[in-house]
Amino acid sequence: MDKRVVITGMGIYSCIGTNLAEVTKSLFEGKSGIVVDPERISFGYKSPLTGMVPAPDLKKVLSRRQRISMGEESEYAYMATMEALKNSGIDMAYFEHNEVGILFGNDSVSKAVIEATDIAREKKDTQLIGSGAIFKSMNSTVTMNLATILGLKGINMSISAACASGSHAIGLGYMFIKQGLQDIIICGGAQEINPYAMASFDGLGVFATDIEHPQKASRPFDSGRTGLVPSGGAAAIILESYESAVKRGAPIIAEVLGYGFSSNGGHISTPNVEGPSIAMRRALEQANIQAGQVEYINAHATSTPLGDANEAKAILEVFGKNPYVSSTKSMTGHECWMAGASEIVYSTLMLQNGFIAPNINLESPDDDVKELNLVSTTIKKEFDIYLSNSFGFGGTNSAIVVKRFK
Amino acid sequence: MSNTDIKQKINDILIEEFEVDEEVIQPGAPLKESLDLDSLDYVDLVVLIESNFGVKLGEADFSGMTTFQDFYNVIETKIAAK
Repeated sequence: MDKRVVITGMGIYSCIGTNLAEVTKSLFEGKSGIVVDPERISFGYKSPLTGMVPAPDLKKVLSRRQRISMGEESEYAYMATMEALKNSGIDMAYFEHNEVGILFGNDSVSKAVIEATDIAREKKDTQLIGSGAIFKSMNSTVTMNLATILGLKGINMSISAACASGSHAIGLGYMFIKQGLQDIIICGGAQEINPYAMASFDGLGVFATDIEHPQKASRPFDSGRTGLVPSGGAAAIILESYESAVKRGAPIIAEVLGYGFSSNGGHISTPNVEGPSIAMRRALEQANIQAGQVEYINAHATSTPLGDANEAKAILEVFGKNPYVSSTKSMTGHECWMAGASEIVYSTLMLQNGFIAPNINLESPDDDVKELNLVSTTIKKEFDIYLSNSFGFGGTNSAIVVKRFK
Repeated sequence: MSNTDIKQKINDILIEEFEVDEEVIQPGAPLKESLDLDSLDYVDLVVLIESNFGVKLGEADFSGMTTFQDFYNVIETKIAAK
């Protein structure tokens, strides 16, 4: 028999706050985390806009050996994970006698790869790259490092699915637990923030250009948009079987009801309507609910014209005009590999605290999206069920349905 | 650079990189145990010495090495031979 899958802890390290309390406040107030990164100007970026997070100081909490294998995405993921574990009531001793897994979305380690290659090019001697580089320069670096630091003995792998990586990680964690294969899995997403990581993306000319007004630059669904704004950090959630949560006396925050997925089978970067529609319908089927029961949709909407318009069409096709819709990327920018996980954290914080965070900078919605019930200023409202969309290059789509725990 | 200066610089590097107290580093003390070195750490020792002194330690250099004094001796010899 299928197990119920619940969320018992969350952690966040993002450009709108480095813990749940800060992020809740930012979401409620509609605060943007977008800044101008001067390093990107000298690097030749068309757009120096980005979300930015402070570098965590891990010297006092992790050994040299542990730190030397960690790139910035792993550091952010460590911060988010420790907050999530604490909130879930899990300490280090728990891992000694209980099997806990880890699934994180991550799809690049650009800085680590480039820095290691630069050393080899200069020195002509690979040994001078140092011992930590190999562990930093694989896409699985986050799960590799965290599983080692925490001593995890369950499922241990990373999911690379472009900007849907974090969402698929949670979806797969849900499936593992639902099928009774694991009791607890740390799920999440992480995203590096540095000029190396986003240079080739910037080169496509799809990043926002309103440098004079960084906090107004990310404008999903708005006709005045000039493109997306990259961002990063990490988010973690503790997924757990209902039985395990009850046995531990863990705080049950919400229940994951469904995970829908699909692939567009089309262009590598141009999205369509059909693929996201299939993912959303499948999530509803999994959740065994009607479309009308979904009260809020956290849209993938990245602030690009065709992506926003096609998602709007897909939402209208599946849900009609009723559910509230906002894209928290208007505040955070596009957190890419992390976004699918962070947006579950953001939406669950709204669920917990009885409000719907705004799609800021929505001043003149596009004609294509006008029929959506878009939220441009914070709405105080208790709600029970939300759906979170995440789509990525290659046409990968993921949709997660989460319900208030009753 | 005198051998005393080399020794002091090596000590400073080891204290910084391996995060040990100064008193841990004594000429007669065992290098591996004092710094709690594993196989990966030796790679970083090679990098540190190369980047600070411009000399490269090889596998053979570590084979007979036990104490900090042995470590100093190998590096001093290599620097002198540059």
